[in-house]
Amino acid sequence: MNSEMEFSDEDHGDSHRSLLTHMSCENDSDSEDTCTEILLPENSNSPETEDFVYKVLSVDQIVQHQRNIIDEVNNVLNLPPQVTRIILNHFKWDKESLFENYFESNPKDFFQRAHVLNPFEKKIERESAASTSCAIPQLCGICFCSCDELIGLGCGHNFCAACWKQYLANKTCSEGLANTIKCPAANCEILVDYISFLKLADDSEVVERYQQLITNTFVECNMLMRWCPAPNCSHAVKAVCAEPRAVLCKCGHEFCFACGENWHEPASCSSLKKWVKKCLEDSETSNWIAQNTKECPKCNVTIEKDGGCNHMVCKNPSCRYDFCWVCLGSWEPHGSSWYSCNRFDEEEAKQARLAQQKYRSSMARYLHYYNRYSNHMQSLKMENKLYSNIQAKMDDMQEEMSWIEVQFLRDAVDVLCQCRTTLMYSYVFAFYLMNNNQKIIFEDNQKDMEMATEKLSECLEREITVKNIYEVKQKVLDLSHYCQKRRHVLLCHVREGYENDWWEFKEETTT
Amino acid sequence: MAATRRLTRELSDLVEAKMSTLRNIESSDESLLMWTGLLVPEKAPYNKGAFRIEINFPPQYPFMPPKILFKTKIYHPNVDEKGEVCLPIISTDNWKPTTRTEQVLQALVAIVHNPEPEHPLRSDLAEEFVREHKKFMKTAEEFTKKNAEKRPE
Repeated sequence: MNSEMEFSDEDHGDSHRSLLTHMSCENDSDSEDTCTEILLPENSNSPETEDFVYKVLSVDQIVQHQRNIIDEVNNVLNLPPQVTRIILNHFKWDKESLFENYFESNPKDFFQRAHVLNPFEKKIERESAASTSCAIPQLCGICFCSCDELIGLGCGHNFCAACWKQYLANKTCSEGLANTIKCPAANCEILVDYISFLKLADDSEVVERYQQLITNTFVECNMLMRWCPAPNCSHAVKAVCAEPRAVLCKCGHEFCFACGENWHEPASCSSLKKWVKKCLEDSETSNWIAQNTKECPKCNVTIEKDGGCNHMVCKNPSCRYDFCWVCLGSWEPHGSSWYSCNRFDEEEAKQARLAQQKYRSSMARYLHYYNRYSNHMQSLKMENKLYSNIQAKMDDMQEEMSWIEVQFLRDAVDVLCQCRTTLMYSYVFAFYLMNNNQKIIFEDNQKDMEMATEKLSECLEREITVKNIYEVKQKVLDLSHYCQKRRHVLLCHVREGYENDWWEFKEETTT
Repeated sequence: MAATRRLTRELSDLVEAKMSTLRNIESSDESLLMWTGLLVPEKAPYNKGAFRIEINFPPQYPFMPPKILFKTKIYHPNVDEKGEVCLPIISTDNWKPTTRTEQVLQALVAIVHNPEPEHPLRSDLAEEFVREHKKFMKTAEEFTKKNAEKRPE
């Protein structure tokens, strides 16, 4: 009892000392720091931070999951499994949607829309098909050979076994199709079902490819499933709802379930998508463009003067505006006796220059955010290399120290990389954010987190030896903890902003 | 090989059919997979000349569609400068192995007779076809007289 009390006192003391250290590191006002402390417990219990329920599945588990859904539907509808499979594909494996349609539609329409023969009418057609096969030898409609036996799906179009084999091999292996292979006959929309495929393909490699494609499309069509995007990973994630939430695959990759990108909090999926597209289009040339070009005053497409003549024609096919390079005004007055380029305050020229300034300002704004985003991305790559450096240090020091005593180094690099990632995406979030008081608070949090992260990074880059390990350890632990706290504050503020509709996002106009 | 057997049959059927808008259809000496023929339109503005076409069949035919190429220049919104023509019936997505070459050629004649400016390969010609129809017809007729082959008897 006494010893427990002593431990508790000691822990309290450490915590107190840590807090003092943080306050001395930063120059935050006491009231602000106190305020954030109070917010933390409340936010940590908010619904947003509740665990996202998901499961990581191997290929075999995916196939089994698919079979389970077929069985569930068949418990209600009692159809041949290969028919159920086609219908489920049609409804993108959404059981509720399937049942809703089944009980609302008439059977003929229901099966026709899914491009499958109505199984309740199939017996009649099979009888007619059987009678056909008793007739004299027929020509295959594909190879024009006469055959004793022609085979079909029951839709009345029959072909020889060799043609079926080649047709299915071509569709599967050359075109990459599986669930959408139709009857070979022109104007027939009936799909090849699973059992027919296995029988008619008559080739184990083709069948294997077919089954692989079926699994792929199952995951891709299913709103509640997503492949792990990591290279060489064959796992998929199954969730209870399609939301932008972080999921961690067994291969170690963490990604956003909704869009498949690396987990990108605090930026939303749509902001990130726009940002990635903008970066691809702009970043390689935006610096040069900003310095060496002007924009067409009418459509803002960037242009480059390539000769001495000041008469410019915009090359944009939908614009083709004639204007003067010097004053950006319409060229028409220049070509007549009313030449007036030298007039300083011409209204049209003034508006053109104003528009150009606005566009140039927009470019400068983009570059501000892009440069910082890019810088954190670059640092993140460096810090991934830091893992191996830290690992080497840990191995060296382990000869004289226990493992647990140097484990903190790796933990600190984990924190560092996590903070870099969040900072990187925080600039995407900020780029699309309109100015208001909440943005100012966000940028203060961003600045605090950035400073803390740089300090931790600097500390971990230092030479660490057995001699200074205890001194460094305390500092690293303090800085790691502080970084995590600042990251938590930033993200909680963003989540709170989403809940309370504080964030106003710019509508990006594409040039 | 399914392609050889089927193409032999299709070619003889076409020669036998003697269509007025498609003449001199024959396979090359090197390969049954390459056909040539003369497209002889019956409708203005292309009815003043004939157009040599090439039909290339892939080895996987009829499981993969043939490709059609105009070897004679034609002023037409649905044929590009290289002579490639866009026909839905022979697009990979729409192709069915039971579609016969005769049907493909009928579709080709149909689009030559009735251009489809909504799905152009040459936007400028499509726009002219819609907005300045008389000018288009005149230009196409002159272009035909200048570039097309002589119509067979």
